[in-house]
Parts: sequence; C-alpha cells; structure tokens
Amino acid sequence: MWDYTEKVKDHFFNPRNVGVIDDADGVGEVGSLACGDALKLMFKVDEAERITDVKFQTFGCGSAIASASALTELLKGKTVAEAEKITNQDIAAYLGGLPEQKMHCSVMGREALEAAIENFRTGGRVEHKLSGKVVCTCFGVTDEEIRRVVSENNLQTVEQVTNYCKAGGGCAGCHTDIAAIIKEVQGEQGLQQVVERPVAPAKGKPLTNIQRIALVQRTLDEQVRPALQADGGDLELIDVDGSRVIIAFRGMCAQCHAAEYTMADVVQAKLREFVGEEIEVEEQKP
Amino acid sequence: MKTIYLDNNATSRVAPEVLDAMLPYLKEYYGNASSMHTFGGQLRHQIDAARQSAAALLGCEPDELIVTSGGTESDNAAIRGVLRLRPQQRHIITTRVEHPAVRTTCRQLQREGYRLTELGVDGQGRLDLEALRQAIGPETALISVMWANNETGVIFPMEEIGQIARDAGVLFHTDAVQAVGKVPINLRELPVDLLSVSGHKLHGPKGVGLLYVRRGTSLSPFMVGGHQEYGKRAGTENVPGIVGLGKACELAQQHLEHEMDGVSKLRDRLEDGLLSHCLDARVNGERRYRLPNTTNISFEFVEGEAILLLLDRLGICASSGSACTSGSLEPSHVLRAMGVPFTAVHGSIRFSLSRYTTEEEVDYVVREMPGVIERLRGISMFTEDNARTAAAPQERPERLSPPRS
Repeated sequence: MWDYTEKVKDHFFNPRNVGVIDDADGVGEVGSLACGDALKLMFKVDEAERITDVKFQTFGCGSAIASASALTELLKGKTVAEAEKITNQDIAAYLGGLPEQKMHCSVMGREALEAAIENFRTGGRVEHKLSGKVVCTCFGVTDEEIRRVVSENNLQTVEQVTNYCKAGGGCAGCHTDIAAIIKEVQGEQGLQQVVERPVAPAKGKPLTNIQRIALVQRTLDEQVRPALQADGGDLELIDVDGSRVIIAFRGMCAQCHAAEYTMADVVQAKLREFVGEEIEVEEQKP
Repeated sequence: MKTIYLDNNATSRVAPEVLDAMLPYLKEYYGNASSMHTFGGQLRHQIDAARQSAAALLGCEPDELIVTSGGTESDNAAIRGVLRLRPQQRHIITTRVEHPAVRTTCRQLQREGYRLTELGVDGQGRLDLEALRQAIGPETALISVMWANNETGVIFPMEEIGQIARDAGVLFHTDAVQAVGKVPINLRELPVDLLSVSGHKLHGPKGVGLLYVRRGTSLSPFMVGGHQEYGKRAGTENVPGIVGLGKACELAQQHLEHEMDGVSKLRDRLEDGLLSHCLDARVNGERRYRLPNTTNISFEFVEGEAILLLLDRLGICASSGSACTSGSLEPSHVLRAMGVPFTAVHGSIRFSLSRYTTEEEVDYVVREMPGVIERLRGISMFTEDNARTAAAPQERPERLSPPRS
C-alpha cells in the first residue's frame, strides 16, 4: 500500500478540472495505454496570455490522477510565461510530496504542460514530439528526458531515474546507458550504484570464429532473450558469418510491429557492446 | 465500515477455532519439544497430531511432511535441496507464470550456471504438455510447476505433468500453496515428489508451512543445525504455529465440499454479476480450469490501482495485476505470459473468496463496481474507439511501447 498524503488522496477522490475544452488554445498529450498512464492537458488563455481555463483527462493510478489535478490548480490564473517555469517538483510539493516510486507521475504532469505550451506557441500546428535518442525502449524514454530529470531532481542512481521517468523499469537492458548519463550530468562522484557489466570480452585479442559465435550466443542469452521471453517472445540465432549476425524473432516478437524497427537495433547495439563494434545484425524474415 | 475481504489468495483470516487451538501454546505451554522434561517433551504429541491432520488432508504419510516457515521456504528448500544432491544435472524446467518464490529461485540458479526452461502458457493460462515433454533432457534435474496460479486461479494438470516427469525419471515439485484446502489432494495416487503448502492461505497462522517430500526422495537440508524434523529442517519447533496449521488442515478437510460447491457458486455469482453490469470487462482464465474461489477480471481502459483505491474506500479488499500496485513498473508477469492485451492488463482486478464470504458481500461488490469503473472512465481519455490507436506504437513513434503487438 502506498503512503499517500491526505492532499494526494483528496485530489484523487475529488479531482479538480476534469474534462475537455473543445476550443483549447494549447493541448498536450503524453504517455500511452501501454505504459500504464497517460495525460491530456488543455488550456485557454486571454489576450494577455493568462490561463483562464484548464482541463485534463487521465488514464492512470491514484497519484497520476492527483498529479494532473494538482497541475491544473497550479496553472489557474498564471500567464503562459509563468506556467513555463513549473517543474515536477512544484507539482509534488503542492501535493505534500509523492512516494519516491511515484515521482514519475509528477514528471508526466510537467511533460504534458510542456507539450501543451509548445502546441500553444505554434498556434496548434505542432504536436509534441520527444527529442533525443531513445535510451529505454521498454518505456520509450530519450536521453534528453533522462538528462533533464537527473539535473532537475538531482538524481544519483539508476533506481531514482526509474522512479522519476520510468526509464530502466522494464528489461533493465539500458541500465548501463542510464548510469553513463548520470555520470555525465553529475560527474564521477554522482554514481553511487555499481552497475553490473556482464561478460565483457578481454580487449585486444582478436576472437576466433568459435569464440565469436559463443560470445554472440551468450550475449543474446544473457542480455536480450530474457526480456523478450518475459513478454512471450523470443529470438533465435540463425547464423554468424564473419561480422554478420543473422537472427529471427519468434513468438509474439515475430508479429510485433515495434520489433521491425527497434528490436533488431537493440540486438545490434548489445552485440556491438559485448562482442565487437563491427557487428551487423540482419533479421531473417519468415 | 464493514470490511469485505475478497483477497484470500493474498492471505486469509485465521479461523477462530485455529486461534483457540493455538492460544495455550503461546501462554502456559511454552516448552521446547526437544526437552527431556515432561513440560517441554509432551509437546511432541501436539506436533505429531498436527502432522497427522495435515497428512490426512494431503493424502500422505505424516513422516513425509517437513514443517517450514511457509510457502516461500518450502519452495526454496525443495528446489535447492534437490539440485544440491544432483550436481551432474544442471537443467530446471518451470513455467513463466510461477509465484516469485519459485520464479526468482530458478532465475537465481540460472545466474549460478543452471540451464532454465520457462514454459509459456496459452491465452487461457494453460500449459502445452508437448512442450514440457520436449524440454526434458538427460540433464534435467527437476520440474517445478505450480498446482494453481495465484493471480488467475488456473489449475495445471498435476496428474499428467507428474506422469511425464515420472516417465522421464525427473523429479517433480509443485507449489500447491493456492490449491490446498480448495481442491481434493491425494498424494498417494499422484505422481508428485515434492509439494509446498502455506498455513496462512488456508485460515491458519502466518509463518508456518509444509514441504511434502515423497518417501525415498533424497533432499539436502535447507536449514541446518539441530535434529528437528527428522534432521531435514533445523530450528526449535514453532509449536503454536504447527498446532494452528494442524487445526487449519482439519477444518479445511471438513469444509472442502463447501469450497468446491458453495464458494464456487458465490464466485460465479460475482463474476457473472460484474461481467453483466460493467462494460468492457473480460475474464482472464477460463472458468472450468480455475480454483473455485478465484476470478480475475480486466476492466479495460482504467488502471488497477485507481480501482483498488476507490474499492478500499467502500471497504472492499481485492488486488490488481497493474504495474502501479507491484512496486515495479511492469504489470503482472502472469497476464503478460497469457498474452492479455495492454488495454486489459493494467485494469485487472483479482477477487479471491473464502468460506467466510457471504452472498450479501458479493451482491454489494456487484452493486458498487459499475460506479467505480464509470467514475474512472469519466476521467480517462481512452475509450474502446481511440484506445487502439493510442496504444499502437506505429501511431505514436515518440512513445514506443514495449516490444509486443
């Protein structure tokens, strides 16, 4: 059971400003059903760019609904320029705090606000797009987003990053990358959590063919297949021809659209990390 | 406010008779059963009697039962205890839907160098027995498959699985924590070698459980120290717990018919009522393959934790497979293994009944649930019409969903 403050409970049981503004000046929508929560924020402004009306719709848990409700209360009467300065910490503080593992709900609020302001500034022409390179493929979180939550919330560990933006909360395959971003933002002393680096090959010595095949198989078995299997999918190593690695997706992964343009890249990235930079992954189509 | 407790697969109420049976051993009879004096030594009779009651419920011999601290210890002790004596055999077979007590133990062994096969399930949560047969090899030391799933209540065919294991000469362990007291069990006729039981799931106390080890099955002890439990599990006997567990087993046997008949009728009433009164609700796991007390229903387009919070305010206790209730960000591994779509996993609610559940309680839940669901759907932007596009990664490339369709 989560230890929610009375304010969180109040905003969950009696959410303020639920609904739709049909002729909204700014609309921001973030999250998805797949990820377990989503937020749509809408606002109207007067000539002085002061927010006169704000509404939201949310699919999510208690703290997601409460965070969205809190955000709308914070926005009322503010100018867009003032609204732009609201951070996820402001949302959490308004609610008297959120459980650490639920901080991502406040970050979702800030993201929706940002998206809505961007939409307003471009006169409704631009829908929010995340920028940067996707680091966490399970939850679709980019390096730029991670950098931002790390610096805004002074995060030190991978676990904290997961709590604040979900990155790393799925297959755990990106923990090394998240740790690198923390280190980059916070400096060497920032990273308190030791990240395990499995099966790194001895550098310098070229691999024999047999060693390369064994290492490819081991990397797939340890780094890639567990995450796929957890979702009812799998992958098979078909052949290794020099630096060309041919794989085939099985089970649910074989029919998944996301597999086509993400999973082969993820597999390649893992193999380049653990086997060698020269690896090229090809997918064998049925 | 009255508490309506429909979370009996998590834990169950201690039966009043169980508490009464335990109290003397927490008060006046505090002795150590291993002592030479009568004050302590006489407690051996109580332990023996409790073991008799448990053996009667399970259809086994009393000396085939080792008392443990609960289901998790029994699972750990069974799996590790078997493997330790078979160092040449480095392969374990289990399923993707096991309780964490088995799943995490097996995965840890995998990290220690064992080969692990986790068998998948179909959309109804059933195992493919042909896949099990094919997974067995000369290296296979153990098959561990739960009797009934804690989240969906889906029962696995013990007879068939045990026979496959026996034909292949492989040991078979089952986590029967959810099944004991809810379905008839006769280990004399069943090809099961090891079986885990938990006291608090059958109206006994927490902190006590059993591990059944078929006679002739060699097992390395998990806890070493004193000579208790035939030298198979050291530690001063938890006399009040053991007495309570014995009483709980005795009561479970008396009430078994009601569990199979009365509780299942109430469960059906709840399930039918919820499905007919709530839009976009679907059951996870076909009814005829399930325990009599469990129903797992997905309310699409709403999130499980939010449902539980609103139910909690009405005094209704249930649980959810949603990501937000697990402390992790991943929703139920059981429902995902069954291929339940995303629109439904996050809004899954498990109701698990007991012999103390009444018709009034069931009707109250059926009355209140539609309001709870509609209230949350009123806040949500997702409906049946737009959910598909909202969830599909190709429509929203900036938010990739996990790799599955």
